[in-house]
Amino acid sequence: MAEFRFAGVTKRFGSTLALADLDLAAADGEFIVLLGPTGAGKTTTLRLLAGLERADAGTIGIGGRDIGREPPAARDVAFVFQQFSLYPHLTVFENLAFPLRSPALRTPADAIRDRVREIARLLQIEDKLDNRATQLSGGQMQRVAIGRALVRRPAIYLMDEPLSSLDAKLRAELRLELKRIQQELGATILYVTHDQTEAMTLANRIGVLDRGRLVQLGTPRQIYEDPVNTYVATRLGSPGINLIPRALLPSLATPRDTATIGVRTEHVRVRRVPDAGADGARGRVTWIEHLGDQNHLHVKVGDHDLVTLVDPGAALAVGDAVQLEFVEPLYFGAAGARLQ
Amino acid sequence: MAEIRVENLHKAFGDFVAVRDSSFTVAAGTFFCLLGPSGCGKTTTMRMIAGLELPTSGRIRLDGEDVTYRRAGERDIAFVFQMFALYPHMNVRANIGFPLKSQGLPRDEIRRRVDETARILRIAHLLDRSVSGLSGGDRQRVALGRAIVREPRAFMMDEPLGALDSEFRALMCGELRALHDRLRATTVYVTHDQLEAMALGDTIAVMNAGVVEQLGPPQEIYDRPASMFVADFIGSPAMNFVPCAGPLARGSAVVQVEGAAVVVPAVAEDVGDAELVLGVRPEHVRLDDAATLRARVFGVEYMGTTQIVTLTLPSGNRLRARIASDQAARAGDQVGLALRGERLSLFRRGDGRAIRTALHEAHHG
Repeated sequence: MAEFRFAGVTKRFGSTLALADLDLAAADGEFIVLLGPTGAGKTTTLRLLAGLERADAGTIGIGGRDIGREPPAARDVAFVFQQFSLYPHLTVFENLAFPLRSPALRTPADAIRDRVREIARLLQIEDKLDNRATQLSGGQMQRVAIGRALVRRPAIYLMDEPLSSLDAKLRAELRLELKRIQQELGATILYVTHDQTEAMTLANRIGVLDRGRLVQLGTPRQIYEDPVNTYVATRLGSPGINLIPRALLPSLATPRDTATIGVRTEHVRVRRVPDAGADGARGRVTWIEHLGDQNHLHVKVGDHDLVTLVDPGAALAVGDAVQLEFVEPLYFGAAGARLQ
Repeated sequence: MAEIRVENLHKAFGDFVAVRDSSFTVAAGTFFCLLGPSGCGKTTTMRMIAGLELPTSGRIRLDGEDVTYRRAGERDIAFVFQMFALYPHMNVRANIGFPLKSQGLPRDEIRRRVDETARILRIAHLLDRSVSGLSGGDRQRVALGRAIVREPRAFMMDEPLGALDSEFRALMCGELRALHDRLRATTVYVTHDQLEAMALGDTIAVMNAGVVEQLGPPQEIYDRPASMFVADFIGSPAMNFVPCAGPLARGSAVVQVEGAAVVVPAVAEDVGDAELVLGVRPEHVRLDDAATLRARVFGVEYMGTTQIVTLTLPSGNRLRARIASDQAARAGDQVGLALRGERLSLFRRGDGRAIRTALHEAHHG
């Protein structure tokens, strides 16, 4: 396993700036997740580290050595893709052993067997080793695909949305497995996703990308609690953070230059009041969404919709006027940057 | 708006029974969700109500009137599908007005009703636009408009949001519910997404293998699931199931779980020595060092306000807890688990049905 480092890396495709001046350093054994929508530059970052693309500027290093000019095979990285491709005519064992059978590696047969068994145990597919790949369920196939990357002990694992083709239940299960395996192996992983749950639950640190720029890098908790701008604030949290125009809440004390007030759904306290007055911190309940363990209360303030979490037992009904109180609100300027 | 009554509805395709002897009533003006995994019979049930499929036996009544064998076109029900097909060569107004034009309504009447529909859907500013230039959301609204403009007795919606990405789906979910609150139209909505059903439905019918396993308001189904199937299908992460042992006579309120005594709602029926399963929602588990039920933390997943802690019980069984994220929990920790006794469910392992307990009594008085 090894650390990796991007310093001032820029990549263009024609006139499109895919990645702008990226600085990112990961420690040995760290799980880094890049989060962002399509076109943010996540996959480009992965491909640059893998050697599938060449940077226009900057340096990329693995384990302290500059690998910018090395071909992919020399970089010692393993890639797991979203669409797993297994050899259908081979057994699970042979599929897992395949990367070790490369002539360049000259791995002895018993070493291959031991390593495949060890990885199969980690992935809990030991009893499937003699099955054909085609006899597996989707979740098992994806485990084998991840296993093919794991058998090799590369310096770094690169994963491009490896769980996105699975259904929700399997995804939740494999997420936890992947985290456990990573910790057990002490693996360095660079992982790309647009799924905030995956980012929050897997990462040691999340890198939030916006149109080719790394806007913030931090632990899931830092990103969630202390976002640098409105873009980052809206990346995490479900339902998303409420962003309220300052003008709607004239009575609230805020830092100067505040244009937008950000409040997470769990930080809005509501209290029923006789009638919705002209005061901005009041609103009217428009919809109560049942989730079982909690309800989402939709409140209209002026012409703005706000969502808060309430207990299912809360005595509130559609049409009720409510007084709103914000706990730990975040303040943002006109351009979206956080104000302290 | 009409009341829909389904009586002993049965549908077999050869040897395969798609819908088994099902009976329920959709009260006039309610938003009724048919929820279940693929193949459970929910779409077949809806298609029979709409008249797109004939039942093998049973009756369907619209406001008391038997429409079982009436053709779809004579039932006055509007359908909204997952893939909304609009006429690309017509503008928004012509698309919405099309069903009325084919009914041969006068032009003034069509104009009035299209304007009214566009106002309800808040797309009046789009009426003269071509549909091909519209965003996904506006296309969906136009498709809805075509159903609304007919002023039908009921709406049938078959996974209308299924093709949308999650962010947009949440938005449309809110719009659909707001629309329902304005129109109060009887709506039957088919989905396999439990969150959608919970968010939208006044009443949910959970279907499994052709049978309605439970019917009730969302919170009722969540709090008091009638079977392990329903309990597992509703809620994320799903309800935990842990084998437990009695002895359990009527009135007893303690079961043995992994060698520890766990308080449950008092049992209101004779259970005998049936094999039991304790059902625990993740939010009803608390980490408490003093508790006798022990577990080891397997993994912790940070979710923002809360974290999901996966725990391994002494038997190797897994259990998930949802706790506040400011509480310390680390993989490998030995912890005690306190369960919220009055909210727990008990099931028979054999048929998976819930055992009647004080949980049900408390609710029904």
